[in-house]
Amino acid sequence: MFFQRRFVIQAIILAVSFILLVKLFYLQVLDDSYKLSADNNVLRKVIIYPARGVIMDRNDKILVQNEPVYDLMVIPRSVTAMDTLEFCEIIGITKESFIEKLAKARAYSKVKESVFEKQLSAVTYATFQEKLFEYPGFYVQNRTVRKYPSPIAAHILGYIGEVDDNLIGKSQGYYRQGDYIGISGIEKSYESTLRGQRGIKNIMVDVFNRAQGSFEDGKYDTIAVSGERLVSSLDAVLQAYGERLMNNKIGSIVAIEPSTGEILALVSGPSYDPNLLVGRVRSNNYVQLLRDEYKPLFIRPIQAQYPPGSIFKPIMALIGQQDGFLNPNTRYPCGGGYRMGSRTVKCTHVHPPLNLTESIQYSCNAYYCHAFRDMIDQPKGKSVQEAYQHWRNRIEAFGVGVKLDVDIPNELKGLLPTSNYYDRIYGSGQWKSSNIISLSIGQGELGITPLQMANVMAAIANMGYYYNPHLVKAIGENNLQRPEYTTKRYVGVDSAYFEVVIEGMQKVVDAGTAAYSKIKDIPFCGKTGTVQNPHGKDHSVFVGFAPRHNPKIAIAVVVENSGFGSTWAAPIASLMIEKYIKGEISRPKYFEDRILDANLLPPLVPAKVISQK
Amino acid sequence: MIRQRNIFFNIDWISVSIYLALVFIGWFNIHAAVYDVTNSSIFDLDRNYGKQLIWILTSFVLISIILLLDSKFFATLSYPTYIITVALLILVLIVGRVISGNQGWIDIGSFKLQPAEFAKFATAMALARFLSGPTVKFQQLGTKLLAFGIVLTPILLILLQGDVGSAITFSAFVLVLYREGLSPYVLIFGFVGVALFLLSLLFNEYHLLIALIGTTAICIYYFRKSRKIIVKLVVGFMLSVLVIFGVNYVFDSVLKPHHQARINVLIGKEIDLKGAGYNVNQSKIAIGSGGVFGKGYLQGTQTKYDFVPEQSTDFIFCTIGEEWGFVGSFIVLALFTGLLMRIIFLAERQRSAYSRIYGYCVASILFFHLMINIGMTIGLMPVIGIPLPFISYGGSSLWSFTILLFILIKLDSNRMGVIR
Repeated sequence: MFFQRRFVIQAIILAVSFILLVKLFYLQVLDDSYKLSADNNVLRKVIIYPARGVIMDRNDKILVQNEPVYDLMVIPRSVTAMDTLEFCEIIGITKESFIEKLAKARAYSKVKESVFEKQLSAVTYATFQEKLFEYPGFYVQNRTVRKYPSPIAAHILGYIGEVDDNLIGKSQGYYRQGDYIGISGIEKSYESTLRGQRGIKNIMVDVFNRAQGSFEDGKYDTIAVSGERLVSSLDAVLQAYGERLMNNKIGSIVAIEPSTGEILALVSGPSYDPNLLVGRVRSNNYVQLLRDEYKPLFIRPIQAQYPPGSIFKPIMALIGQQDGFLNPNTRYPCGGGYRMGSRTVKCTHVHPPLNLTESIQYSCNAYYCHAFRDMIDQPKGKSVQEAYQHWRNRIEAFGVGVKLDVDIPNELKGLLPTSNYYDRIYGSGQWKSSNIISLSIGQGELGITPLQMANVMAAIANMGYYYNPHLVKAIGENNLQRPEYTTKRYVGVDSAYFEVVIEGMQKVVDAGTAAYSKIKDIPFCGKTGTVQNPHGKDHSVFVGFAPRHNPKIAIAVVVENSGFGSTWAAPIASLMIEKYIKGEISRPKYFEDRILDANLLPPLVPAKVISQK
Repeated sequence: MIRQRNIFFNIDWISVSIYLALVFIGWFNIHAAVYDVTNSSIFDLDRNYGKQLIWILTSFVLISIILLLDSKFFATLSYPTYIITVALLILVLIVGRVISGNQGWIDIGSFKLQPAEFAKFATAMALARFLSGPTVKFQQLGTKLLAFGIVLTPILLILLQGDVGSAITFSAFVLVLYREGLSPYVLIFGFVGVALFLLSLLFNEYHLLIALIGTTAICIYYFRKSRKIIVKLVVGFMLSVLVIFGVNYVFDSVLKPHHQARINVLIGKEIDLKGAGYNVNQSKIAIGSGGVFGKGYLQGTQTKYDFVPEQSTDFIFCTIGEEWGFVGSFIVLALFTGLLMRIIFLAERQRSAYSRIYGYCVASILFFHLMINIGMTIGLMPVIGIPLPFISYGGSSLWSFTILLFILIKLDSNRMGVIR
């Protein structure tokens, strides 16, 4: 039965075998595209590194771009005997280092490529390219490094470096050995926008490791996609000018556009040329910067915390009014200070009782001691702790003692003690305003970063709200913006209360402590501060905004160890303001030169800013 | 009849020679596949080729045992073997270890056992035993259903392990059933079904429907004289429509993502050289680069530099293709085809139905493995992780194929003694 069906089954088997054989014949004999064998060719996958996104300033001036460099790659298995001496000479390394590098590459993988020498210059590459065929196992891979056309904004832009094993593991296969990643600044916080996408090119190489063209006409290649551009909020001209002004000084300048929260300039002194942290010289320079006693790597505008001093008074005046303790006509006596038993908070002058505006204009300490005592000790039905905590919440609403979530890493939040803190020191309920009276004039256990100072000015300029300050105003081709930077943050003080304070701040400039720094045609408001520094000379501080109506710029300047706020910080702020609004300086040259030429660096072993952890 | 006879008495030396040739070709190529200059001894027991030698030697022990056993034994033992294997397949679902997505391995001491491999010859024995029963008529519906049941039980259990590849190889038994009287339409439907499956993945289902209506209409017109054929055509047409519209459901809900990807690569819908297409592309490069005469033993760059994954197991044919070229591929293919023809010849010369049916089982299983395994290395078949018989590295598979083949050889050596 069914005996004849054996032939059908045999026919099926023979037919399938025949089909397999035909396909094998086609693959092995007819089709040339798989013939890598004849000269022992091997398919080499060359990674095409995407160009990292460009960063521009608010006026489309380029802050960071890319420059081509050449990485020397090695596949240890393919390396054969060669003229090692000549090889070392071309790329400029010693024979010992050659042996060491090769051993390291071999330890990583014998068959996979690894970087032998990073970032050859174009000249070295040209020489090397001619001789490449003499060194089987070696080839050159293009990539780009960052280039900064003008040497500014190092702290903000940050730098990139090779990923470490830890990050490679965390990235779940995205990053690979030898990839670059943003390590600080905008490079880090916008890494995913800037990095782009790797491409892969399949190249056939011959026995001398010379490229023989692409495999199957690039059918299997993928293109690299460049990183997207960022538009920074910085004004490159203003930033560069600020860095010049802060030359040979320790301190910060932060300038914010109040109507948007965009940071126009963020200067940290001393600064450094961002080009130092690029390419082969990076690690050397980095160590040098790290060892520098003036700590150029420290991002002072967001990391240094100072007691605010007198610039705290406008905030006090605002919340005092909001809570009904002060009104424009409130007067407090000042006999050269505020006495509490045997202790006195001194005031620089002896003056008749001042009203609110005058208290700011003349920076009367006693006035705010009285006001603070009323706020903490007087409120009905509230304990001192509750009254303090309420005051503290009011201060915090100004973005003091909290992070402002600026878009570069490592921002500090500053110091603003809670009532628990004082409970621990003095015992629960065992303290009142007299114990903490120095807070009223911005001294004591307070720490505010320059960024927070400038932000407070932006809030006052806007009469009641601010936007979180940020450094990138548009992300990518579609000019996206992070939603957290377009949300108004209200400080909890009604706009009606601002006029009297702003009036006082304008008088500071017109006829008060900062009169020296007045700018012709630009009515501006400000407040000087002289921050007591237990470690050395006082810090000179100035905050302000301009013009008074429809403000364009809010600014904070801190110059460490330089004395009065009116001497250094205020003139620097006024120059910045004029530069930004007018585009040029109308003041006599000596006014500007005095700042530019000043060397205010403290003698080595610099005085420490408080709580620099 | 001679009572005291040599265990090699009357065995089919042609099959045995081909078997030995394939096993040693396998061993040398496993050596080449994992070859490393610094560790070159072929007897190194820490490496795959050293271990494979152990599997080969133990296979010889198994062969001796099989040849020593009485032929009657196998028919008698068929059902117990089958039941034990099914029990193992259930057990593996409970205590099994998961290796590359398949829960198909049982740890016994230091080595791993894969019951799905042994299910092949167990099913073959049981099917042969059942169909050779004296009262069994294949034309009866009950017989057909039971026969399918014997094959489907292990398939379902293996599918539950997640091992679609091994399960597919059981469809080989269709050839056996065909030989024993299954309607040829099942084969034709099977073939048309697979073709429709692939077509409906490639093309819009409504376009296919129109094409199908057209084809059926032409056929009906052509056979308009015969009512019988027209009925069959209409039934076929309706089944095809069912397939076309069922495919997307099966594809999306039954197949695992990696199978979907492999099928997409096969039909050219997807070119993903780093993912699912990587194996096939590298495998084709390896085989293609072998040329006519190959690069020589241990000289394959593609395989030696680890471009091809699973080189010593499922993709062992790459090494053969690369290092021995078309000549080597041809020889291996010829050996297999020769063996298959020889097995069918052996099967047909049996006097007992059991031996004949078992012989066809052996041929079908080996044939399916050959077709799918070599087919996938050269891009004709989707990548289904099944070994190349006798050649791929692996204890379970070598043992099971050895047992499979040598039971037939033993049965054949004793064909003059009548067994049912």
